[in-house]
Amino acid sequence: MTDPLSFLSGHAVQWGAVVLLMTGLYIVMTRGNLIKKVVGLNIVQTAVFLLYISIGYVEDGTAPIVLEGAARYSNPLPHVLILTAIVVSVATTSLALALIVRIREAYGSIEEDEIRERESD
Amino acid sequence: MSLVQHLPALQVAVPLLAAPLCAMMVRPRIAWLFATLAAWATFAVSLAIFHRVLDRGLILYEMGGWAPPLGIGHAVDPLNALLLVLVSGMAAIVMPAARPGVGVEVAPRAQRLFFTLALLALTGMLGIAITGDAFNLYVFLEVSSLASYALVATGADRRATTAAFNYLVQGTIGAMFILIGIGLIYMMTGTLNMADMAVRLREARDTAPVQAALAFIVVGAGIKFAVFPAHVWMPNAYTYAPSLVSAFFGATATKVGAYILIRFIFNVFGVDFAFGEMRIGWALIPLGLAGAFVGSLVAIWQDDLKRMLAYSSVAQVGYIAAAIGYANRDGLIAAIVHVFNHGLMKGALFLVMACVILRLGKADMRSFRGLGRRMPVTMGCFVVAGLSMIGVPFTVGFISKWYLVVGALDAGLWPVAALVVLSSLLAIVYIWRVVETAYFREADGPRTREAPAMLLAPTLLLTVLCVAFGVATEFTVGVAGSAADMLGVLP
Amino acid sequence: MSDNVIVRVVVKMLAPFILLFALYVQLHGDYGPGGGFQAGVIFATGFIVYAIVFGVRRTIQALPFAAVTAMASLGLALYATVGFVALGLGGAFLDYGALDSRDPVHGQHVGIVLIELGVGVTVAGVLTAVFYTFAERRRR
Repeated sequence: MTDPLSFLSGHAVQWGAVVLLMTGLYIVMTRGNLIKKVVGLNIVQTAVFLLYISIGYVEDGTAPIVLEGAARYSNPLPHVLILTAIVVSVATTSLALALIVRIREAYGSIEEDEIRERESD
Repeated sequence: MSLVQHLPALQVAVPLLAAPLCAMMVRPRIAWLFATLAAWATFAVSLAIFHRVLDRGLILYEMGGWAPPLGIGHAVDPLNALLLVLVSGMAAIVMPAARPGVGVEVAPRAQRLFFTLALLALTGMLGIAITGDAFNLYVFLEVSSLASYALVATGADRRATTAAFNYLVQGTIGAMFILIGIGLIYMMTGTLNMADMAVRLREARDTAPVQAALAFIVVGAGIKFAVFPAHVWMPNAYTYAPSLVSAFFGATATKVGAYILIRFIFNVFGVDFAFGEMRIGWALIPLGLAGAFVGSLVAIWQDDLKRMLAYSSVAQVGYIAAAIGYANRDGLIAAIVHVFNHGLMKGALFLVMACVILRLGKADMRSFRGLGRRMPVTMGCFVVAGLSMIGVPFTVGFISKWYLVVGALDAGLWPVAALVVLSSLLAIVYIWRVVETAYFREADGPRTREAPAMLLAPTLLLTVLCVAFGVATEFTVGVAGSAADMLGVLP
Repeated sequence: MSDNVIVRVVVKMLAPFILLFALYVQLHGDYGPGGGFQAGVIFATGFIVYAIVFGVRRTIQALPFAAVTAMASLGLALYATVGFVALGLGGAFLDYGALDSRDPVHGQHVGIVLIELGVGVTVAGVLTAVFYTFAERRRR
């Protein structure tokens, strides 16, 4: 069993990802403003990106481009995966914003409780 | 290499190439015709793949000639071959009906984009089913999800936009959870190829990241699969989407979630780990049964019949989740068979709604009054598919329910078997309400006639299939059986 | 739209170089850092920054909406076509080596350049289209 302090400090990046993930989920769940929900969603996605990037880290590794005298390279695969995930996140965000524009035009509001009020009548 | 060997590549590439071409067709009719032809071609490819899989058991395809695990490959076995047939078959049946059905619900200017989105959703779902690479699975999941959010938003009612937005938020969180799970597995195994993951996980499975990965993937796939209590996105999305979109997604979208769950639990993590050590059966069975009861009970009180069908889907998804939770051969057969069968009957029922909406403008209880005499064929389809939903013998629903009960008894869970039967009785109530209104209440709405043949023929075809696969059961049960054997569960 | 002279002059001078840099990132992508996605984003940025300063209407005159959506479709079509051509020449789907039967390595080069071009054109088209759609929405 490792002692708790070194467990905390040894997994700093992972803890960062966890904190971001929870922050994002909290925003998505508690905020009524649709734009803020999208921001929360982006924070959730960023948390996942951070987690992936941390996987690619190799101690003393340089950028993964063939170079004279470099012995270790960081793992490029997670970076490429995350580039794809970032593209997906761009698409998700723009679709969400487009939907918000339509919602605003249909209901005249982007606050969830006001929309629900107008939905019922 | 002959063309036959390239079938797995064509399965995804054909709709993928058709989508941008479809976006360039200015006239809606041409776009529709092109999308229909593409869907048929895709269906033909999936049938050919299915035939080959039955012969050989497993087909592997190396993308770009790079061998897995370094390259990205397609892998088809009986499980996903059946899913490919279901998804592309539903597309091939629903797409021709889209011309009259979508005509009233989507503006002509947007129709070519509508068909483009439909092809992209098809591409995504087929990609999820066929790929052997975990990250590709995530990418295809997002392709199909993004297309489906946009498709839901094309509904005529303004509530379609809010439904699509909620679907987007919850769907994205589900996809992110799956992505975290895949990342954690990659962290421990250094591979993204699912077959390779399964081998390497055997040594690494007692570590915390792998256990967390299982939890993340089950929850993420559960959201996509709409397992109670993560079903909240589904009722509104299916109610306000155009009826044909509901028909296509009601039959396929949640099934793809079920596939992800089955593939990861049984193939990648293995039965021993997932059920023996992590005991996810204790989560899946109670949640599945709760979903079956809540979905059916809520369905009984719905006035909008599309919403009723959506809640009925919550219940049916619950059965599939519970059946996966049994972790025995009959349970897995029940899950796979019900994925296929529920696709057929829910597709038929949503197409009936499309017929009614086309003629009467909406599908609430009031517009169904006296419909048995005014639209006899449509209502006949509703009755047959509805009986199948209840689980009457000689329909597909009966086969699924049979294996659901047998599987529960095999697992020694007789209370579960009793609850499955009990919740099926609730289905009688919500189906009977509609039948009673249609046949024993006097019509008071405007006069109307049968839906056009273009829409009626696919509805009839799916209804006939509901009965045909209910009588000739060797096909679905046989394929599900060989899939279950391959997934390595104990008899 | 901005009335600030410095902003207008700087953007006017910068915009062509942004597009040029996009082409560099695009064509250099198979050897060094870069590639279709990055190039497409930079290319779209060139038009977007112009539109922010000089107005969407003037930008649309230079690059019409129909052209942008066509770019989005054509890029994806190019990508899929390369895959099918490789298939037709006897390789696996997207097997660039099959593009040149005598020298597979040369085939790999041709393939990756075409694929990245398809990606770049699509990304540039989609991002510009997204910008146009949002910017034009109020006017419709």
